[in-house]
Amino acid sequence: MAENNNLLVKLDNCGVYKSSKWIVRGISLEIHKGKIVTLIGPNGSGKTTSAKMILKILKSDEGQIKNFASKMAYVPQKINIDWTMPLRVVDFMKLTSHINNLEIVDALKLTGVDNLLYNDIHNLSGGEFQRVLIARAIAKKPELLVLDEPVQGVDFNGEIALYNLIKKICSTLNCGILLISHDLHFVMSATDHVICLNGHICCSGTPRSIVKNSAYIELFGEHNATTLSLYQHDHDHSHGTDGRVTNNV
Amino acid sequence: MFDDFFTRALIAGIGIAIIAGPLGCLVIWRRLSYFGDTLSHSALLGVTLAYSFSFNITFSVFIISAVVALLLINLQKRTKLAGDSLLGLLAHSTLAIGLVLIGFLTSIRFDLMGLLFGDILAVDVEDITIVYLGGAAILLILYFIWKSLFSATVNYDLSAAEGMRPEVSNFIFTLLLAGVIALSIKMIGALLITGLLLIPAAIARNISSSPRQMVIIATLAGVVSVIAGLFVSLEINTSSGPSIIVVALLLFIISLIPLEIKGQLQK
Repeated sequence: MAENNNLLVKLDNCGVYKSSKWIVRGISLEIHKGKIVTLIGPNGSGKTTSAKMILKILKSDEGQIKNFASKMAYVPQKINIDWTMPLRVVDFMKLTSHINNLEIVDALKLTGVDNLLYNDIHNLSGGEFQRVLIARAIAKKPELLVLDEPVQGVDFNGEIALYNLIKKICSTLNCGILLISHDLHFVMSATDHVICLNGHICCSGTPRSIVKNSAYIELFGEHNATTLSLYQHDHDHSHGTDGRVTNNV
Repeated sequence: MFDDFFTRALIAGIGIAIIAGPLGCLVIWRRLSYFGDTLSHSALLGVTLAYSFSFNITFSVFIISAVVALLLINLQKRTKLAGDSLLGLLAHSTLAIGLVLIGFLTSIRFDLMGLLFGDILAVDVEDITIVYLGGAAILLILYFIWKSLFSATVNYDLSAAEGMRPEVSNFIFTLLLAGVIALSIKMIGALLITGLLLIPAAIARNISSSPRQMVIIATLAGVVSVIAGLFVSLEINTSSGPSIIVVALLLFIISLIPLEIKGQLQK
């Protein structure tokens, strides 16, 4: 029963049919509170489409979707804000919820852009805008958070910090997270469940099990797959602050 | 107070400007200027039908505009034509049908100029009542769907994902737009309604930095245009509807000055 209480979304053999072909098909997955599920796969493999199905933006043309999440927040992959609309960061933060300026500043601080509160959103850089998008989603305190390549355009150090933030948010808010990411290192080290997509689910499982899967190796190439196997191996132990190996129990 | 035709015109015009402010902003943000145009062209058909079957003009125009708007949404889903082509198709065919029908109405004297450019000086107390009651209803509904409508304007997917039900508010917004056109056709006329929706909002865009500010400035600019336009038309004896639009245009030109100064300062 405890397991069921934590269930946020359950897809059973879902798919989206558009312009006389299946964009994705046979998608079955579960997202639970406090867990990170990651979708990986090549371009056009249906990652964003699957995410939109989970968010109820797109209807599934077959199968069944159960969505128990009371509040969802979304960080879309591409977003263009029309020049015809004057919009400051503070207005954007309030887009779909009623939150006060204090909460807004707190959320913006988490992603390091609280200084941009009253800036015109059109003048932000790509990375700054991404940080605002993530802050907006966090400020909503969602039960399910869907992030579609959230760190694109963010500088290298920022990328690591934001990934760590996402992991932290997952446990502090106890929310379920669906992440679409190309950063295999983060995926393999920090997520709970990985799903490889290519129009359908090629393989899925824990990061540890997935790197040994032949479908995964075929999808990402021998080289990447083996590097990650090594990477995963590294995580059989952890390092102390001085770099000393401290064995996991 | 309502005895004077000029006072009645002022009161009715201010009412229309207040409704047009927020709706005009949404029309600009959503790039729907041609949509407003199409609705006002089809309004002509509504007026013709009202005369043919002795209906209430406002009601008839609202129904026809709403039908055209819904037809457009439906056609967009079914055909591979772009939105602007469909809008052109609907605008000109409804306009043509309206004009053909006018030909049949030989028994009634028909003021085509009045339809195209409106006659705000001819409004009676009943018209004013309709404008204010209808306007209050439009603004009230707009207030309730604003967050959903606004978020969908910024990004539809985000709005849909976060439970704002944008498909519902989009549908209602279409009806509200049909409503404002129905309310104002008698006063402003089919050709100039889009002007009263767009120009005040365009003025506001030039000088505002947040959406709320833009809505307020657009409303004020509309009210000022109506008042100044009507006084000008009284003073130098020009037609009232076009005078209002000309004043709005002058305000637009003035609103460019701060942009220009800002540009110079940044260099």
